[in-house]
Amino acid sequence: MKDTAIQVKGLQKSYKQLHVLKGVDLEVEKGSIFALLGSNGAGKTTIVKILTTLLKQDSGTATVNGFDVAAKPDNVRQSISLTGQFAAVDEILTGRENLIMIAKLRYLKNPRQVADDLLNRFGLTDAADRRVSTYSGGMRRRLDIAMSLIGKPQLIFLDEPTTGLDPEARIEVWKVVKELANKGTTVFLTTQYLDEAEQLADRIAILHEGKIIANGTLSDLKKLFPPAKVEYVEKQPSLEEIFLAIIGKKEEQ
Amino acid sequence: MEMIKKHFFSDMSIMLGRSMRHIFRSMDTIITVTIMPIAFMLLFVYVFGGAIQTGTDNYVNYLLPGILLIAITSGIAYTAYRLFMDMQRGIFERFHSMPIARSAALWGHVLTSLVSNAISFVVIILVALIMGFRSSAGVLSWLAVAGILALFTLALTWIAAIAGLSAKSVDGASAFSYPILFLPFISSAFVPTETMPSAVRAFAENQPVTSIVEAIRSLLAGQPVGNDIWVALAWCLGILIVAYLFAMRAYKRKAA
Ligand SMILES: Nc1ncnc2c1ncn2[C@@H]1O[C@H](COP(=O)(O)OP(=O)(O)OP(=O)(O)O)[C@@H](O)[C@H]1O
Ligand SMILES: [Mg+2]
Repeated sequence: MKDTAIQVKGLQKSYKQLHVLKGVDLEVEKGSIFALLGSNGAGKTTIVKILTTLLKQDSGTATVNGFDVAAKPDNVRQSISLTGQFAAVDEILTGRENLIMIAKLRYLKNPRQVADDLLNRFGLTDAADRRVSTYSGGMRRRLDIAMSLIGKPQLIFLDEPTTGLDPEARIEVWKVVKELANKGTTVFLTTQYLDEAEQLADRIAILHEGKIIANGTLSDLKKLFPPAKVEYVEKQPSLEEIFLAIIGKKEEQ
Repeated sequence: MEMIKKHFFSDMSIMLGRSMRHIFRSMDTIITVTIMPIAFMLLFVYVFGGAIQTGTDNYVNYLLPGILLIAITSGIAYTAYRLFMDMQRGIFERFHSMPIARSAALWGHVLTSLVSNAISFVVIILVALIMGFRSSAGVLSWLAVAGILALFTLALTWIAAIAGLSAKSVDGASAFSYPILFLPFISSAFVPTETMPSAVRAFAENQPVTSIVEAIRSLLAGQPVGNDIWVALAWCLGILIVAYLFAMRAYKRKAA
């Protein structure tokens, strides 16, 4: 068996009466890109928060890099980085100051250099000394992701990294994610966009009504697709069709 | 774990640097915590002062302790506000998912409140000197004054932390400070309590601000402080401990 970066078993979580996670199982291989797909309110952010030690589960276990998230949160935090659903940047500081602050908090030797490199890599050099409150949504998101790369964490969580971005900015983010994976970083991302999962992910899991209802590579998922309909042109099902078909099937049962 | 413990103070100083920047970049914070108390001082000395009988010939001396407390009470709403915004905007989630001391982010805000108040105290005292404030207090008395002011700041800052951590809206986060803002006005900060109607007087004489004002006033005048300083310390420490415990509970609840 290959190395696992994340292992989740029987994860359950309720907010008061609302039973959001009803026994989630999943596994993420080291160095891979894993996409968690689900509609609004499915519980994607809830899973990310549990895995990043921000929230405690009600039952079930989750291990990240071999450490139990509930029992060893400090060890988990050492090896992860989170880009939450809503940009976690300091609006009053400049882009450069944001990066330097995180680099200092990660005890890197040369915070200014780290900040310069990232500003350059994310095309933010010109805006580096402007307050983040003047940034566009795309710039903010780029800065947010750049902040998460500081200190080269082994595992990065990206919660809907491209929501609200224009197509160009989305492609830029995709490029960054692919680069990360090429360098061996494990990426756990959530998305509502099926094409994003299709583009990026080695494995895709679909979260629906509190459970993972499908999990596999794109071609695995394609096999779940019902036999081709009679059509004039034979065509590959898109992930969107697969998604809707699987959800439809579950709801019929 | 050891590494994380060791970093608590440096983490906290990074957080302090961050929120001090916030303060220096928002004009209204500076105006509220420094310029407004000075404006009150000018108003009371040069407009109302002539009509106010305090039994002292130097009204600036009489007024200064209350003005310093007004600087504290008007600044704490900003602490609550900044804390609330941090919770809201997700930057706390980033900090909490990083290997840094868990409460460093919260302590950063508390220290910021202390440091920014210290700066405004200095400015206010300088202005008071220009307006004729004179003190015969020695170094020890000044240290005692600084200590009381720091304790009162901490006590109110932890109350602000409770508000900032548990509020559901921005307005809620600062609403708690309105009753506190009135405390210096219903105390012996501006006029002696003897002239007040008996109900108001009873309140004024038994609320924390009066004992703190009296203690600081005696210390600055080089007079014996009597019981006031112990009452003042008891108030400050009592509020500080209770507020700290509640704030920490609210913080733990929010930060899983
Ligand atoms: N703190 C909370 N208190 C109460 N309910 C919550 C809380 N956080 C989330 N929920 C609810 O739990 C459900 C799952 O939320 P979650 O944020 O995990 O979904 P999501 O899949 O990330 O959705 P989205 O795509 O909109 O981001 C939603 O119905 C949400 O309203
Ligand atoms: Mg979400």
